[in-house]
Amino acid sequence: MIMPLIKGLQITISHMFKKPVTLQYPTERPDVKPGFRGLHALNVSHDKAKCVACYLCPTVCPAKCITVEAGEDQNHDKYAAKYEIDMLRCIFCGYCVEACPVDAIRMTEQFELANYSRADFTYTKDRLLEKK
Amino acid sequence: MDTLILGLPVAYYIAMVAKVLVAFVFVLLTVAYATYAERKIIGHMQVRLGPMRTGWHGLLQPIADGVKLFFKEEIVPSQASKFAFLIAPLVALIPAFISFAVIPFGDTVTIGGYTVPLQIAAYYDQAGKQVFDVNVGVLYILAMASLGVYGIVLAGWASNSKYSLLGGLRSAAQMISYELAAGLAIISVFMLSESLSLHKIVADQAGGAWYAFKQPLAFVIFFICSLAEINRTPFDLPEAETELVSGFCTEYSSMKYAMFFMAEYANMITVCAVTTTLFLGGWHGPAFLPGWFWFIAKVYFLIFLCMWIRATYPRYRYDQLMRLGWKVFLPLTLVNVMATGLWVMFISK
Repeated sequence: MIMPLIKGLQITISHMFKKPVTLQYPTERPDVKPGFRGLHALNVSHDKAKCVACYLCPTVCPAKCITVEAGEDQNHDKYAAKYEIDMLRCIFCGYCVEACPVDAIRMTEQFELANYSRADFTYTKDRLLEKK
Repeated sequence: MDTLILGLPVAYYIAMVAKVLVAFVFVLLTVAYATYAERKIIGHMQVRLGPMRTGWHGLLQPIADGVKLFFKEEIVPSQASKFAFLIAPLVALIPAFISFAVIPFGDTVTIGGYTVPLQIAAYYDQAGKQVFDVNVGVLYILAMASLGVYGIVLAGWASNSKYSLLGGLRSAAQMISYELAAGLAIISVFMLSESLSLHKIVADQAGGAWYAFKQPLAFVIFFICSLAEINRTPFDLPEAETELVSGFCTEYSSMKYAMFFMAEYANMITVCAVTTTLFLGGWHGPAFLPGWFWFIAKVYFLIFLCMWIRATYPRYRYDQLMRLGWKVFLPLTLVNVMATGLWVMFISK
């Protein structure tokens, strides 16, 4: 009856001399591992988004958070006139990245997505392109 | 120096006031920093850091907490019994502090030819070279310890909330059950020291003859019962967060809550000081450092032990607590008292 009590005390005292696992968050940054699924970004090639507005990503998206509208540019190529991701609905599953046939969308390591208003959570094409 | 006030020299009064101030401020600071130490120690035992932001490694945390509590809103529930509600924190806090009046935190010091005993309620006979202190010091401490429960019961009743009432009732039942065993554990010390004066008890333990070695069972039981009496883990049922919100202090806010908090930590320091005095040889220790240093070191070690225990054990269930008090500790201490009595009667004489 007494030995388990002493053993418990031994365990706690041994933990006291271990290095704490606490991350002093705003000053210390977490080590984001490769393959981390954070905020989306639209890839750019030849100074314009690679997206060809094929609608595969809104189709595969389980949260239905991607809105794409196709447009036609000067070269009569199809492009995404509107590309919006609603971050309040997004579940960061990464299916859009997997589905994309032209490698137009990727996920960055950015995870701090807090904002002040609901409208700010709608990431438009411009905002997604910014994060090159 | 030779002027007498009420038959006592002026130096006596100066020394008395100085002792009271030093002891009180020291205990208050220890209370403040015990909260910090507890958070740090338990944090590290759980492989966390504890407070880090306020000052260097969070050293100003107790001050920040105090200031925050000062500026919190005073809330008195509309159905509460107002007078009892307001008086309860004081009733809990004051007995916790006044126990220190009789605890000897050192032998004597001589300042400018005048010898002062390092115990608040004590008088040094300069001619007879003898310390006179309260000859029922332990009784006084036990009385003050039992007074503390009134504050908690009163708070529980006056809040007019079922959680508070349950907390208060548990606290009363717990304190009564454990006071018996603690008292019986102390009795075996009296049988050896043949005195209730704390100064005499400590003086008897000179040269490493601590009562903890002569009465190991009484020492362990007294310390565990003390934990139960001051409502610390693993016996913190009166404020069991998981079931009673915050127990007796659920309805308290602001400085009134802080008073309960201070009372809890002051009680912890008191029982550690009493345990040191009764069982760990008080101020005795290797002579290269002064007595008060050894006393404080021992008290701090016991406080660390309290925190260590808190980080380790889960809370007792109510029926387990009662069974432990009445069916385990009480018979054990009774047997211990019997054995000590027989030893004193037939072997040591």
